Amino acid sequence: MERRWLVYPYHIWMLLFTVVPLALIFYFAFTVKGTYAFTLENIQQAASPVYLKVLWHSVWLAAVSTFACFIIGYPMAMILATCRVKYRNMLVVITIIPMWMNFLLRTYAWMTLLEKKGLINTVLSFFNIAPLQLLYTDGAVLLGMVYNFLPFMILPIYSVLMKMDRSLLEAAGDLGADAWTSFRRVTFPLSLPGVYAGMLMVFMPAVTTFVISRLLGGGQYMLIGNVIEQQFLAIGDWNFGSALSVFMMILIIISMALLSRYNKNGNGGMLL
Amino acid sequence: MQDQCIINLVNLTKQFEDHTVLDKINLSIRRNEFLTLLGPSGCGKTTTLRIIAGFEQATSGQVLFDGEDISKMPPYKRRVNTVFQKHALFPHMNVFENIAFGLTIKKTPKDEMRRRVEEMLKLVNLEGFGERAVESLSGGQQQRVAIARALVNEPEVLLLDEPLSALDLKLRKGMQVELKRIQQRVGSTFIYVTHDQEEALTMSDTIVVMNGGRIQQIGRPEDIYNEPKNPFVADFIGESNILPGRMVRDELVEFAGREFVCVDRGIGEDLPVDIVVRPEDIVLVSPEQGMLTGVVREVTFKGVHYEMVIDTADGFSWLAQSTAMTPAGQEVGINIGPNEIHVMLRSDDVRGAV
Ligand SMILES: Nc1ncnc2c1ncn2[C@@H]1O[C@H](COP(=O)(O)OP(=O)(O)OP(=O)(O)O)[C@@H](O)[C@H]1O
Ligand SMILES: [Mg+2]
Repeated sequence: MERRWLVYPYHIWMLLFTVVPLALIFYFAFTVKGTYAFTLENIQQAASPVYLKVLWHSVWLAAVSTFACFIIGYPMAMILATCRVKYRNMLVVITIIPMWMNFLLRTYAWMTLLEKKGLINTVLSFFNIAPLQLLYTDGAVLLGMVYNFLPFMILPIYSVLMKMDRSLLEAAGDLGADAWTSFRRVTFPLSLPGVYAGMLMVFMPAVTTFVISRLLGGGQYMLIGNVIEQQFLAIGDWNFGSALSVFMMILIIISMALLSRYNKNGNGGMLL
Repeated sequence: MQDQCIINLVNLTKQFEDHTVLDKINLSIRRNEFLTLLGPSGCGKTTTLRIIAGFEQATSGQVLFDGEDISKMPPYKRRVNTVFQKHALFPHMNVFENIAFGLTIKKTPKDEMRRRVEEMLKLVNLEGFGERAVESLSGGQQQRVAIARALVNEPEVLLLDEPLSALDLKLRKGMQVELKRIQQRVGSTFIYVTHDQEEALTMSDTIVVMNGGRIQQIGRPEDIYNEPKNPFVADFIGESNILPGRMVRDELVEFAGREFVCVDRGIGEDLPVDIVVRPEDIVLVSPEQGMLTGVVREVTFKGVHYEMVIDTADGFSWLAQSTAMTPAGQEVGINIGPNEIHVMLRSDDVRGAV
C-alpha cells in the first residue's frame, strides 16, 4: 500500500489524454462559438435529419463490415486454432503482417487495384468486359473496412478458441454429438466472448473512420467521421464538430451496453 | 465365452512417437461385468479407455464391440459413455444442462429428460444443485456431476476413469456402494480405472493388473489377492514380503537361510524363485518357538492391528501384522504356515509375465 504513488503516472496520463480532451469536447459541444454561453443548439443541429442520415449510413456500413469480418474471420480463427502447431505460427504471422504495413499505404494499394485503369479492370478488359466503376462506391468502402479490420476480428476469436479445453469436445463426442452439434453447442457458445470483443474492435474503428471513406469513397463521400473531420479542419466549427462527436459517442456507448448485457445474460448458444 | 463378450481388445498396441504405452493388450470384457483396470500412474489405463471410447487410435490391434471391429468408428457413434478423469464439464452450462446434454442430443422429450436428470441428481447426492454453475462446485461435486452426466444415458458400456479420486473417504465408500448398485440395477458393463487397490478389490468382478503398458494378471479379486502371479502383482495388491529363494524340490523351498515346507508342486528342482508372504499371514511367537528369529525395529499402530518391521539375521526386514503389540527392540520368533508361502518362478523381466 506504501507503493500507491506508483500508479500516479497512470493517473496523470489518464487526466491529460483522456479526461481533459473529453471535457473539452463536452465543453465545446454545449457552448456557443467563441463564447462561454451554454447552449443545446449544437446538439439539436447534430440530431437534424441530414446528419442522422449520414450517421445511419455510417452505422449501417460499419455493421455490414463487422458482420462480413465475422463471417470471414470466424472460420479463419478456427483454422488457426486447430491447425498443426508447425503451421500455426506461420499462419498467425500471415494474418498479422498486413497490420505492420502503413494503414494509408494499404488503402492506397486498393485504390490502384480498383481504379478505372487499375489492375482489376485491366484483367476484365481482356475478357472484353467494359471497365466497371469499382472505386468510389459503397462496395469499395466496405472492402477497405473489411480488409483493414479483419485481423481485429480474427485475433480475439483465435485466442479464445486456443484457450478452450479440447477435452470438452471429447466429452461432447462421447455424449453423442457429431462435429456440427459439438460446434453449435460447445465451441461456438464458448467462443462468444471472443466474438463480442472482435465485433467491438471492428465496429468502433469502422463507424468512426474517415480515411477509408475519403480514399475509397471519394471526396464527396460522407460518413460521420468525414463530417466531423470537415467541421474541425475545413469549416473550423469546433463546437458543432464536438456536438457531432458527443452524439456519436453516446450512440456507441448505448450499443456497447446492449451488447455486453446480451453477452452476460444471453446464452448465445441458443442463437443458432 | 466369446459371444458373451461385449468388448474384446485384440493385440492392442499404442505408441506415442517411439514410446510404447500399450504393448499387445488382449482383454475380453463380458457383458454386465464390473471390470477394473488397476495399475500405477502412467501404466496406460487412461490410454486404454481412450482407445475404447474412440478418442485415440491404436497403433495396431483391434477393438471389437459385440464382435464388430469399431477401431475406425468415431466416438459419437459408439455405444459407450465416459466419466473423464478431468471431469470435462461444460463451463457454459449449469449442472442440469450438463447432465441433460446427452439426452438433449437424443431429442428426449422434455418431461422425461427432467425426470431422469432429477433422478440422477438424487443418485449422486446433489439434489437441488441443478441450477448451479459448474464452476461454483467443489472438486468432489464436479466429479459426481461427471458421473451423472454419463450414467443418465444408460450406456451399454460405461468407462470410468478414477471417478472417485476427489472424494473424501466417507463419500468415496458411499459412492463405491452406489456405483456397484447402479451397475447391477442398470445391468451395464463398467470398465473402471483406479490405482487404489482396495477400491478395486471391493467393487470388481474382474481385476486387470497393469504395469508398463502390459497386463500382469487378470482374475477375480480373491485370485489376484491370494494367488498373485508375479512379485509386481503381489506388491501392488496389498503389502507383501517379497524375498528371493530357491525351490529345493516339490513342497520344499529355501529362503531366509532355512528350508520351509510349502504346498507348491511341479515348479521344478533347485530353481531360483521369488517368495511372497503377506504381513497378516506371519505368526509372531516367542523366539524359541519361531522358525526364524528377529528383532522388532519399528511398531506402528494401524487401528485394527499393529504393524511391525522385524529384522532377521539374514538381513531381510519383514513386515508383520498382529493385534498384539511387541515393543521395539524385543526379540521375536516368526512362523509361516505352508499355505501362506506363495512361490513364483523368477523372471527378470517382470513386465513380460502374464
Ligand atoms: N498424448 C500423449 N502423447 C504422448 N504421451 C502420452 C500421451 N498420452 C499419454 N501418454 C503417455 O502414456 C503413458 C500412459 O498414460 P496414461 O494416461 O494412460 O496413464 P494412466 O495409467 O492413466 O496414469 P494415471 O494413473 O496417472 O492417470 C504415460 O507415460 C504418458 O506420459
Ligand atoms: Mg489416467
